[in-house]
Amino acid sequence: MDDVKTPSREERKSALSGLGTSRKRVEDARFTQGKGNYVDDIKLKGMLFGDFVRSPVAHARVKNIDTSAALALPGVHAVLTAADLEPLGLHWMPTLAGDKQMVLADGKVLFQGQEVAFVVGDDRYAVADGISLVEVEYDELPVVTDPFKAELKDSPILREDIADQKEGAHGARRHPNHIFTWEAGEKEETNKVLEEAEVVADEMVYYHRTHPCPLETCGCVASMDKVNGKLTVWGTFQAPHAVRTVASLISSIPEHNIRIISPDIGGGFGNKVGVYPGYVCSIVASIVTGVPIKWVEDRMDNLMATAFARDYWMHGKISATKEGKITGLWCHTTADHGAFDACADPTKFPAGFMNICTGSYDIPVAYLAVDGVYTNKAPGGVAYRCSFRVTEASYFIERMIEVLAQKLGMDSAELRSKNFIKKEQFPYTSALGWEYDSGDYHQAWEKAMTSVNYKQLREDQAKQLQLFKDGKSRKLMGIGLSHFTEIVGAGPVKNCDILGLGMFDACEIRIHPTGSAIARLGTISQGQGHATTFAQILASEIGIPASDITLEEGDTDTAPYGLGTYGSRSTPVAGAATAMAGRKIRAKAQMIAAYLLEVHDDDLEWDVDRFSVKGAPEKFKTMKEIAFASYNQAIPGVEPGLEAVSYYDPPNMTYPNGAYVVVMEIDVDTGVSDIKQVYALDDCGTRINPMIIEGQVHGGLTEALAISMGQEIAYDEQGNVMTGTLMDFFIPTAWETPNYETDYTETPSPHHPIGAKGVGESPNVGGVSAFSNAVHDAFKPFGLTQAHMPHDHWRVWKIAKDLGLHS
Amino acid sequence: MIPSAFTFYKPDNIEKAISLMADFGDEARVIAGGHSLIPVMKQRLTDIKHLIDLSGINEIKGIEITGNQISIGAMTTQVELINNEELFKKAPIIREASLQIADPQVRNLGTIGGNVANGDPANDMPGLMQLLDATYKLSGSNGVRDVKAREFYEGAYFTVREDDEILISISFDAPSGGYAYEKQKRKIGDYATAAAGVILKVENTMCSSASIALTNLSDTPVYCDKAVDIILGKEIDKNILNQVTEACVEQSDPVADQRGPVEFKKYVAGIVIKKALTRAIERT
Repeated sequence: MDDVKTPSREERKSALSGLGTSRKRVEDARFTQGKGNYVDDIKLKGMLFGDFVRSPVAHARVKNIDTSAALALPGVHAVLTAADLEPLGLHWMPTLAGDKQMVLADGKVLFQGQEVAFVVGDDRYAVADGISLVEVEYDELPVVTDPFKAELKDSPILREDIADQKEGAHGARRHPNHIFTWEAGEKEETNKVLEEAEVVADEMVYYHRTHPCPLETCGCVASMDKVNGKLTVWGTFQAPHAVRTVASLISSIPEHNIRIISPDIGGGFGNKVGVYPGYVCSIVASIVTGVPIKWVEDRMDNLMATAFARDYWMHGKISATKEGKITGLWCHTTADHGAFDACADPTKFPAGFMNICTGSYDIPVAYLAVDGVYTNKAPGGVAYRCSFRVTEASYFIERMIEVLAQKLGMDSAELRSKNFIKKEQFPYTSALGWEYDSGDYHQAWEKAMTSVNYKQLREDQAKQLQLFKDGKSRKLMGIGLSHFTEIVGAGPVKNCDILGLGMFDACEIRIHPTGSAIARLGTISQGQGHATTFAQILASEIGIPASDITLEEGDTDTAPYGLGTYGSRSTPVAGAATAMAGRKIRAKAQMIAAYLLEVHDDDLEWDVDRFSVKGAPEKFKTMKEIAFASYNQAIPGVEPGLEAVSYYDPPNMTYPNGAYVVVMEIDVDTGVSDIKQVYALDDCGTRINPMIIEGQVHGGLTEALAISMGQEIAYDEQGNVMTGTLMDFFIPTAWETPNYETDYTETPSPHHPIGAKGVGESPNVGGVSAFSNAVHDAFKPFGLTQAHMPHDHWRVWKIAKDLGLHS
Repeated sequence: MIPSAFTFYKPDNIEKAISLMADFGDEARVIAGGHSLIPVMKQRLTDIKHLIDLSGINEIKGIEITGNQISIGAMTTQVELINNEELFKKAPIIREASLQIADPQVRNLGTIGGNVANGDPANDMPGLMQLLDATYKLSGSNGVRDVKAREFYEGAYFTVREDDEILISISFDAPSGGYAYEKQKRKIGDYATAAAGVILKVENTMCSSASIALTNLSDTPVYCDKAVDIILGKEIDKNILNQVTEACVEQSDPVADQRGPVEFKKYVAGIVIKKALTRAIERT
């Protein structure tokens, strides 16, 4: 009888839905039924709406703002301008990058779409009418859109507020439009290696300006309760605690009187890390009017004004022996930051982790310099589904590998293999100063090459090329390879902070008397599925089924302090905090079990969901029993209850990596590419939920496809945004999205409590290079070395034309 | 993205609609499917004080086929054009072209009347109607008149329609011969980078009748009369197809946009025209 009742160890384990389980996402029940609660769903009594008068021009002096007609309109309550914010010291605000940004135009505008005035009214309609009645007199100024022209002697000075400052937040400034120079590595030694090298490839690699464009745009509801002095802000915040602290610092409202709530967020991808004028104006307007204020961007506002990504011009030189052993890497990057330096990077890293640009390769010496410049474009520079500037770095090295292979006359797969950091070299310190935690790049690469049958692909490609040359086909085949190493999980407090806030993260757990639990974290899911996966981590750590654990994030009044979710930091940092807090729970549970079983703590061993007496497994106390005991037993020397909190400062970053292959067919006459195969092998260390990993990889690859094949924020010479709607800003639909094959190797991180590395951003980092390399590869036989993204129809057509393939 | 205030009317017959148009003049616009009009209203690129919804007027909906005569009510949706089997038998090119308009959600609401009457050179139906040599029936204060599709368009968003006139139906004869509508676009939902429609008949290896029209390659649809003159009565070979394509491209006058520069568009125009010609010939 007992045998029937007693579940086996395996059965007990599987009942937990812990690590490695493809547990269905608990979030989806509400999202798929339209029951999510997003910022725009929040409706408060007496709530008014606010929205911006935006600049139609890219650079101009604001001569006059006449708000009288707008104010006379029934339904309009207030119109804020910089003059109204100035007495509060809020007409400018600090940026995450140590610069400052106008909240509302203070004397001039510096980019098209810039916030000029904030109109508050009864509803969106009254506000829109009010906006059209605000008369702004602009005196247009010459525009700088080309970052290489920003520092010319006679270039117009964009930031007159700091024109005379020779020293910026990141060192010396050499021109009024220059922001910083950031260097890493050995300049002279690298130059020497390049000069003496047998082979050097030299190329300019541009990673164009694009935008994260989450499905839900940015927005907030600010509510100042004048009775108790408490400000509550619901908003699309990827880092709610950081927003609270920054809001307190700039508004002088005590931090305990500010409550920031991130409700459900419809995608972030870096767009919702920064602090935007809309948040500041909503808060001020709520203080002024005494009622809640809602501000939600429309799609055009979002694309034009908040948070571009990339825009890096990366000039590279890579040297090697004739046999293909890489000897050195040099890179100079010109970074177009737009009108304000609002990059969302750890404060000490003005170019993010661009110095991961030695990639997956054992490169003995390297040098990197990044110069940031101001232009008349929107500010931002966010990490769009990647850790800070990691896609730029990865794209750079993966293009340089390709041009070097061309120069060497060597297959680029072989060149990669020849230069990978070897398994036994980990932990590996790169020439630019990072300590890679773990990896087995050769294993991953070989698995990828075998899975796609690389040799066969090259043979098929050669056949297709022959057909083309014989005039029997107008199509070429391209095989795009990429191997990437990310650096994620920012990060160790010793070198990572945002405005002085160390980038640790936290988890707090309470076990209820009946053995279920609630865990709260300093992160915030925007679609990643934290409520699903973090419960799985805990399930494995504390033996309570994942389905019995509630996960809560995003309310700064209840969640422990953390730096939020971006840069694939949730699993490496908050996931680690979760495991560590779980272990504290388990340690206390062990003491309780020992008391209940009347044995010494050391006589117990952990067994999936219980502590049992060593050598006598029939004597045990389950976590459920222990939980109840913690609430009803007076145990000498042990406090009642079962709770724990852990603040986790990671000892190192994690280094997810992977090998991707894209095969496409390109019509040289139409520029249309037909993607035939996408293979993505990821090594994200320990895999928490394989189904969610697969979903993340599919989503990230689709964004990579978009970025490489068409998505861009384009400006004309007058600084007009040419891609302000989804007609021109490419978001792939199911129709444009190819089939994806996913694969994996599993090399746990040695320093992470459960060995996990983070995966959400890997496919964007590895994917862009693979898609772009496929386009380049197709035209390689005709001598193409570099063609800038996005590879949309006309640009691909232009490659073919310039190579003489149309005659 | 909020339009300025407007008054909304939903008349249930065409006389009422025309009388509203006559009352309000150029301050009024009719709305059919709304997929072109609503976005420009939301961006406040146009200021419409009176919006007259035609969806309540049943008399201008539906497809009538009598022998070879096809008449389509202006408020017939694209999905209805696609799903009508009889129309497919008589004029299969309508389904082929309609399936290349935007996406299913748009086609569920988008109408043939709105598509042709708005005068947007990027719309697919105006070129298609010129290809079919269709006739538009316009109804206004001064009565009903017929205008040939090939004479309807004057420039981007400018047509011969008077302010108080409403397009009520479109008629054409069932075409005979091979047909094709070829469109290159960047993605689902996009307008054409270049698109071309061809209908032609080959008798005893000679081209006995032909029609060619282009979409989004000028500020109006382009009916390629010069190319048609070249191919009529000729034996179809590679040389003649090159000449025809060249003549079509010559008549095109695209503008640069995010889809690409003029040079690219003209090149792709040549490609889609040749593809359409080839497929139409295969179908004869």
